[in-house]
Amino acid sequence: MDIVNEILEKEQKKAEKYKPITVEKHLELELDVGTLLAFDTNDLDTKLLKSDNQRDAYLQSLARDNTQLLLNKIWELPTERIDEAIVVKLPQPTTVLPRSKPVPKPKPLTKWQEFAKAKGITKQKKDKLKWDEQLQKWVPLYGFRKAAAEKEKDWLIEVPQNVDPMTDMYEKKASEKSEKVAKNELQRLKNIARSRKVNIPRVGLPVTSDKANATQLSTAAVVAKASTASLGKFQDKLPKEKEARGKGVHELIPGKVRKRNAPIPTPQMERENNLNLIDRILNKRPKIDMDKAVSKHIHKEQVQRSEEKKSMKPVKGKGKAKGGNVTNFSAKKPKAGKGQRNPNKKNPGRKRR
Amino acid sequence: MKVLSETRTRVLFEKLTKYIGVNVKLLIDRPDGTYCFREKKDRVYYISERLLQLAQTVKPDHLISAGTCFGKFTKTNKFRLHITALAYIAPYAPYKIWVKPSAEQQFLYGNHVIKSGLGRITENTPKHQGVVINTMSDIPIGFGVVARSTTECRHADPLATIAFHQADIGEYIRSEDTLV
Repeated sequence: MDIVNEILEKEQKKAEKYKPITVEKHLELELDVGTLLAFDTNDLDTKLLKSDNQRDAYLQSLARDNTQLLLNKIWELPTERIDEAIVVKLPQPTTVLPRSKPVPKPKPLTKWQEFAKAKGITKQKKDKLKWDEQLQKWVPLYGFRKAAAEKEKDWLIEVPQNVDPMTDMYEKKASEKSEKVAKNELQRLKNIARSRKVNIPRVGLPVTSDKANATQLSTAAVVAKASTASLGKFQDKLPKEKEARGKGVHELIPGKVRKRNAPIPTPQMERENNLNLIDRILNKRPKIDMDKAVSKHIHKEQVQRSEEKKSMKPVKGKGKAKGGNVTNFSAKKPKAGKGQRNPNKKNPGRKRR
Repeated sequence: MKVLSETRTRVLFEKLTKYIGVNVKLLIDRPDGTYCFREKKDRVYYISERLLQLAQTVKPDHLISAGTCFGKFTKTNKFRLHITALAYIAPYAPYKIWVKPSAEQQFLYGNHVIKSGLGRITENTPKHQGVVINTMSDIPIGFGVVARSTTECRHADPLATIAFHQADIGEYIRSEDTLV
């Protein structure tokens, strides 16, 4: 009996150590064995979750139970034995995982590719090696041993009839080749520029001083000014010079760090600042305003004249010639007998109006 | 509502001094509370500190305007006075032009003031001075810039422009949607 009890006890201990493989759940788990995924839609025990000492144990048991269920499912699949290991082939996953990164954009086509697409030209595969009749061997189309083969082939180049007999045909060939490479490089860069929508000059080089527009020139001037100023040479502003404005100009100008937005001043401070600014503006008035001076002078003259006229009024009709020219500014029609006459002259002449 | 930058404040005050001279100080130095200038979407608003604080409770996206619109900054950073500023400018303007009743309507349709429409003009008005334009019954109806000084006006022919039109109260109807 002792032995039986012992064995029973042992079994009991074992059972305590290993939990049963069957797990009771209120709702069935959603399982996706393909990705080894299990969703537990059952409610959590909020009481246990909130108690500090029991939370960990609860979560651990929950995880254990769910894992058990997943493994049970896996065991249902047909198993194989490969090298002392039991292997299961997982089915196709049913859960769709979202991409972590966006779908890559298609590469922009080069100008040739665009043209070929429009024309329906498809690339024809060429053999890498080609039989050369002259050399009597297989010559690669490009790459390794192509240059050597070329050299072997061109041990002599004939100078054509129409070309200067002293030209170096080897040099000519080399320059033609380098030109081809340069052209290809230029086209490559143009393709990149087009795909990035960068404006490039249609012909030739980037902007030079004779082709630059007004903003580019003014930017260049501002940059140059800032640069010389940093060397201690400060230039005066030209009469109608304007500060270069626009996107990216500030970054070009050395030493010009963009100012942070000043904090909002207090009302009193702001009022004081404004009043100071107004004072400065009002004191800055030009000292001599020529227009004003001239108009003042004219006004004075006019007043004087009108006073003279007034004082002369009592001697109406007599001393008019004496008083000099009196300009009448009224817009009325001129009347007869008011023209200028010079009685001292022998010949009185016609009436002038 | 932003605080105006130093340069913009300068431009604004320079423009205002053209119209009201030394009296600009009276706009800021007021006995009935502190007033200040704020900008929103390039438009400058003259607003009391008390109202400003109330306006700050509104989300900037939802706030269209607060206070009185004085004008706006152009893309080239010049300041244009709007007719809405007339209420504050008119009482302080030292130089004025009065237009005859017959020429009032011409001006209110956005035309310049010509000599034949000129009723009266302040003595000694210099050239290019900002003026407030009144009717003969002393009702301000707009702003202008004098094209000829007072002395030159005497000799001008009847069709000559005396004041360039800047703003008039007709704009309340004509440019209702762009004003504020």
